[in-house]
Amino acid sequence: MKYQTPSTTKEAAVLITRERGKAFVLAGGTDLMVRMKSGLTEPDLVVDIKHIPAMQSIKKSATGFRIGAAVSAAEMGENAALKKAWPGVVESANLIGSDQIQNRCTVAGNLCNASPAADAVPALIAAGAKANVVGPQRRRTVLVEKVITGPGTTSLAKGEVVEAITLPKRPPKSGDAYLRFIPRSEMDIAVVGVGVSLTLGNNSVIKSARVALGAVAPTPLLVPAAARAIVGTTLNKAALDKLAEACSSACNPIDDKRGTVEFRTEVAGVLAQRAAKIAYNRAGGK
Amino acid sequence: MANDTKFRNRKFKSVGTRPPRPDGLDKVTGRAKYGADTFAPGQLIGLVLRSPHAHAEIKRIDTSKAAKLNGVKAVITSEDLPDLTNGDRDLYDTLENCMARDRALYDGHAVAAVAAIDAPTARKALKLIRVTYKRLPHVTDVDDAMKPDAPLVQPRVYTRGVSPKPESPSNVAKVSEFGHGDVEAGFKAADVIVEKSYKTEQVHQGYIEPHACLASVGPDGHGELWVTTQGHFIYRNTCAALLGMEVAKLKVTSSEIGGGFGGKTHVWMEPVALALSRKANRPVKLEMTRDEVFRSTGPTSSTSIDIKIGVKKDGRITAATADLRYQDGAFPGIWAMLGAMTSYACYDLKNVKTVGYDVLVNRPKVTAYRAPSAPMAAFAVESTIDEVAAEIGMDPIDFRIKNAAKEGTKSSYGPTYGPIGIGPTLTAAKKHPHMRAKLGKNQGRGMACGFWFNFGGETCTDLNIGADGTVTLTVGTVDVGGARASLSLIAAEELGIPYERVKCNITDTASLGHNDMTDGSRGTFSSGMSTIFAARNAIEDLRQRAAATWEIPVKDVVWEDGKAIAKGKKYRKLKPLSLDDLAAASPNTGGPIAGHSQIVADGAGVSFASHICDIEVDPETSATKVVRYTVIQDAGKAVHPDYVEGQFQGGAAQGIGWALNEEYIYDRNGRLQNPGFLDYRVPVCSDLPFIDTQILEIPNPNHPYGIRGVGETSIVPPLAAIGNALSDVAGVRMTHVPMSPPRIRKAIKENQA
Amino acid sequence: MMAGTLVSTMINGDQTEFVCQASETLLEVLRNRLGLTGSKEGCGTGDCGACSVTLDGRLVCSCLVLGVEAQGRKVNTIEGLADGDILHPLQSNFIKHAALQCGICTPGFLIASKALLDRNPNPTDEEIRFALAGNLCRCTGYDKIVRAVKATAKDLRKK
Repeated sequence: MKYQTPSTTKEAAVLITRERGKAFVLAGGTDLMVRMKSGLTEPDLVVDIKHIPAMQSIKKSATGFRIGAAVSAAEMGENAALKKAWPGVVESANLIGSDQIQNRCTVAGNLCNASPAADAVPALIAAGAKANVVGPQRRRTVLVEKVITGPGTTSLAKGEVVEAITLPKRPPKSGDAYLRFIPRSEMDIAVVGVGVSLTLGNNSVIKSARVALGAVAPTPLLVPAAARAIVGTTLNKAALDKLAEACSSACNPIDDKRGTVEFRTEVAGVLAQRAAKIAYNRAGGK
Repeated sequence: MANDTKFRNRKFKSVGTRPPRPDGLDKVTGRAKYGADTFAPGQLIGLVLRSPHAHAEIKRIDTSKAAKLNGVKAVITSEDLPDLTNGDRDLYDTLENCMARDRALYDGHAVAAVAAIDAPTARKALKLIRVTYKRLPHVTDVDDAMKPDAPLVQPRVYTRGVSPKPESPSNVAKVSEFGHGDVEAGFKAADVIVEKSYKTEQVHQGYIEPHACLASVGPDGHGELWVTTQGHFIYRNTCAALLGMEVAKLKVTSSEIGGGFGGKTHVWMEPVALALSRKANRPVKLEMTRDEVFRSTGPTSSTSIDIKIGVKKDGRITAATADLRYQDGAFPGIWAMLGAMTSYACYDLKNVKTVGYDVLVNRPKVTAYRAPSAPMAAFAVESTIDEVAAEIGMDPIDFRIKNAAKEGTKSSYGPTYGPIGIGPTLTAAKKHPHMRAKLGKNQGRGMACGFWFNFGGETCTDLNIGADGTVTLTVGTVDVGGARASLSLIAAEELGIPYERVKCNITDTASLGHNDMTDGSRGTFSSGMSTIFAARNAIEDLRQRAAATWEIPVKDVVWEDGKAIAKGKKYRKLKPLSLDDLAAASPNTGGPIAGHSQIVADGAGVSFASHICDIEVDPETSATKVVRYTVIQDAGKAVHPDYVEGQFQGGAAQGIGWALNEEYIYDRNGRLQNPGFLDYRVPVCSDLPFIDTQILEIPNPNHPYGIRGVGETSIVPPLAAIGNALSDVAGVRMTHVPMSPPRIRKAIKENQA
Repeated sequence: MMAGTLVSTMINGDQTEFVCQASETLLEVLRNRLGLTGSKEGCGTGDCGACSVTLDGRLVCSCLVLGVEAQGRKVNTIEGLADGDILHPLQSNFIKHAALQCGICTPGFLIASKALLDRNPNPTDEEIRFALAGNLCRCTGYDKIVRAVKATAKDLRKK
């Protein structure tokens, strides 16, 4: 196995493109190293992106936040401005694994690993996040919900590397939240994950919203019907019921070692209601 | 007098205190050496190839490419482990489990192994071994395996314990029956009868240290094995037998052990490591991965249990039966038998009958897990006990107190009890502040009892007094939880010297007579008893030396508070001689002073417990959390209370994990889906509350200090304590363990319908 | 086999060099090449924390870090926790409070506990429990471990 530490994103992309064998990006390693241990993945080339300056920091600007792909979840949790603007995105990143995992894992890596249950993804989708993608020839930007195409597969071409995740500018009276169901209190892969982001208009009426589900379908899902259920409401009981129904209907889960179809479908609705309430409170809704 | 096992009440000076343990420093600095922490010059790395199929004929194994790979020094299959078992059925089972012979019997069954100069080469070599399998139908569920059309796991196994002797082989390896009285009459006399069935899934001991060893065998038939184990003497005997080595020529040293709980009482890959070393003529280090530990060592049984209890309206149980079906994995065991023995051990019953079926399935070979087989039986019985109490409108503790076993009760498994702790633990539970604490929203409370026998067994101990008066205590039972501290306290107590003057070592098999394993809660009990006798023998010698020094008869010398004292007015001018004085003079009075003991420690007492548990259940998602837990258990005599508490807490935590989240999940191909700590969910720190403990001391009349083994019982009550708490808060009777949120949610919804 | 990579790093304050294959984990390097067997492999997949070390002051599972990633960085393991013959208060309190039985998880817990107290000198019980959720113990039920960490936090705050 070869190990390289490029200092620019373009260099990383070129290294991967040129590799005839199997090439992988190494950020935190909390997914890649596990697959290597099991023998599922035997890289010929590992490209360590942690030495690339363009990937190392969180930048706030007029157009929103830019989170470098090598930034760890722990570092996101330590960024006061990011936490204030996007508490849901940050709390979802901070739920991944233990403190040991937190100090290494990245949301870009969580996205590109493309697990249907990825914790960081539903809140990013709800936030309208985008991925800045760099290939050997060109750069492009893609909505996060368009990256994962199936369990373990992405829409990225060979040699394309995520350089950063961007979050849009946050209007006032906005809030987001992420909740997940796990059987223990920590360390588990999400059985259900729900991300909700919303903005209020006058009189605490929800002006716009986005709702995303994780672990209940082959990919994380943006659920427009769930958003429609709560837009124009003050999140009364009728709206919450419709929200739960829309989420449960959108589920297409499987029975597996972590949960049953029945359980996931029901709990998706329950967690959507709870996450919406938290986001609503964070936005200042009464 | 020296070997007198009778309990004598006394005021203890050392026993019962809480000094720091002697191995603590090494363990907090990383210096302690466990199974994988040793290296030998020229060592090879061993790896095992394992069947991916639940059941398959092995048609051919082609190792030629692997053997030719540069850096590979040995490749073995079952051909390198010829059958030397000489008709010993259990030993043959062990041989076949170490390395498949003509059939792979479970996902993870070893089929070949390699030793190479490094791990990457060994991994490459494994990939080059071509195994031709012919897949066979498999069965993994215990009830399915008993059906007439079930695939046959072992054609050589015929059901034992039935009459007449069967003519065809069966997956039912053994039927065991216990009990007394007339259950039919008892049920006829009952006012209320409750019948319920339960299932529990398979769990693993989950020790954090995977199996590991360093094996070195020479062409002269001499060998050494460094290994993490609960019984290095047993491992020696088994490995020597399987490899055709002479017992005295195989020296086995036990490393520090990183958890065992019964799972390291049986060899798994150690004979394979020795065989590789012998073939390569180089040391071979073999470490199991976590994946292999789950797939290829010895988890517990999964079970299917039917309970029937009849009771009079006044609360007296008139009859009780249990039908227990336990799977043993692919090789016969005694697991259902133990379940049948322990089911009703807590109760005083006139009419009781328990029948256990040990059943074979295509799963790994079941081995002991802390009070083996008792937790499942207790889940079924204690859950039903609560249902019965509810039916007659009686408080569940009062109902248990009314029917509790006591001194003189004929137990459901045969022996008559001496003084025992079940009544006292129940009374203590009733009075405990936990019982009166207010419950919060969505919280419920449950309690349950448990029982475990303790074993005695062969034990050998040496006690040697150094020239400066410090004492070396050499034992052969592996220290799994702090026993070195407890044994040092016992030696100090008996000799009347400070604890700090005693150093306890666990020695290798070449240096001491046979010692049985540390299991059955026997470590402190048996080695403790043997230590007392060795100390008393040393005291005999010390009295002789004092008598010789003073030139008086030995009978006039007593040993008190670490000193030889000449008893009697006429000797009042003679100053006492301390152990240090006598040790210093020993080169001139007859040489080194020592005491030895080899016994079959008998009279192990039984240990009872009652647990109280509060849980909180999310009403919409059924997420469940234990919010308060109390263990009340009888220790006989707590030698080192910190470590007794630790055993109570550790066992309870394992029981809680078993009750809520741990299970082996197989797919329809019989492959284990969750052989790792991500999806095999043991409790993490944030899952548990502080675990309160109350140690009761009802002395064991057959131990000089009254000690009972304590390490196991506390894993027995949690399953039912949690089931009973769930019944309290959610109004559902859970009958399937683990009681995971999807199962709880389903039960609640079915109840509402 | 490919030629190994020469790595220059600092381990427990000592300048250290080793050669390893790119695919070796830091845990394998510590144990098999440097003789530092205090960090343990309990699972190899980051679920048990027995291999915990700090990397540039950050708590990580060394089984999920490549050996080559240690280049130019600072690694701290259990072997470096005591200051010569003076135990860290966490170490003495673990012994005093009987916070270990078999001891295999203890190095990982000590490293993780120190990482917690370094960033949060006055943690609540809940904060302690969640900070240590990445370290599995099968012997103790965690009770005495949490008590030992609490006692240490108190001792350190007094200093």
